[in-house]
Amino acid sequence: MARLTIPAEEYMRSGHSACPGCAATLVMRYVLKGLGPNAIVTLPACCWTVIGTPFPTTALNVPILDCAFEATGASVSGLRAAADALGLADVIVVGFAGDGGTADIGLQALSGMLERGTDALYVMYDNEAYMNTGVQRSGATPLGAWTTTTPVDATSRGKGEGKKDVMAIVAAHRPAYAATVNVAFPEDFLKRVEKTKTIRGPKFLHAFSPCPPGWRYPPEKTIAIGRLATDTNSFPLYEIEGGKYRITRKLGRARPVAEYLKAQGRFSHLTDAEIAAIQSEVDGRWARLLALETLG
Amino acid sequence: MSPHGHDAHKATAYITEQDLPERPLATVPSDVIKTASWRTFLPVIHLEACTKCYVCWKFCPDVAIGIDEAGWPVVRLDYCKGCGICAEECKPRAIDMVKE
Repeated sequence: MARLTIPAEEYMRSGHSACPGCAATLVMRYVLKGLGPNAIVTLPACCWTVIGTPFPTTALNVPILDCAFEATGASVSGLRAAADALGLADVIVVGFAGDGGTADIGLQALSGMLERGTDALYVMYDNEAYMNTGVQRSGATPLGAWTTTTPVDATSRGKGEGKKDVMAIVAAHRPAYAATVNVAFPEDFLKRVEKTKTIRGPKFLHAFSPCPPGWRYPPEKTIAIGRLATDTNSFPLYEIEGGKYRITRKLGRARPVAEYLKAQGRFSHLTDAEIAAIQSEVDGRWARLLALETLG
Repeated sequence: MSPHGHDAHKATAYITEQDLPERPLATVPSDVIKTASWRTFLPVIHLEACTKCYVCWKFCPDVAIGIDEAGWPVVRLDYCKGCGICAEECKPRAIDMVKE
């Protein structure tokens, strides 16, 4: 038998309609590998409703409930209450939403779910814009990135605002567990997912999900770009358990953030000065994360 | 056959109102839809260079790489969209992307 580093079981099927090289499919594939057959997934409007559920097909071997764009957190709490009322204790409820549906449109429902203490997992797959509708900027789009609503022309240099820190918003609710995961590190990803199964209460995963058409890079680079995001400290991997921070992938020395930016067309207009500003923002965030970890 | 070279459209061929299901429940597995026609480049695995590390299997967004009984990776040609992640990530460079 093959020696595999992540579980062999597949709960996501082929034939879905994701773009070639899509990382959002890998986020779903890994999440379900970790959770197993008792998961129930609820999806708002996002890439995944298009990827996985063109009627009458379904790309998952577990149930999916479509919900309204702003309602993922409420849908999660409702499914949990229904499962409890039916005595289905072993069901794992999963909310699976994009960054737009989480950081912007679904933020109050997520806040409600975390505050109510719903025993469930919420996964935000973060492709850093409204990709399904054609690359419009979201609250999670990073500083300087080109999108169709933050163009690069005589009056605009891409997005003028920074990326919303969703993990900090989630952490402020004191959830049972929260972690960042990246499709480029499947073994780490699976460890985090498997850990959520052992913890009761609200759990949150911020999953980094590179997007070839939206980020303007060739599809075969999805994993390489994901790896660069973490190795440049642009997207650090860490977990927050019972309020304690722990960095789950720590390099002796991070690579320059320019390597990550220059690999993507959405940042190709940036000048050296703009890249230096992004580098100092990344360094500041990393220093703060190290300080939070020291607090214990 | 559809212009895309498969007959998956039959799963969605509701001609009259009577053909519609009573509830909007999707029960048709997505793999009735073959996505091979999306592909321009085809991954060709050279088994003599393969170390059975399964990186290709692990990173395939389309679950289009299977593992045969002897443990070798096999491209599922009906579903591979030709993204090229497997060839890019293969450390021993055992996969070539070949134009079809």
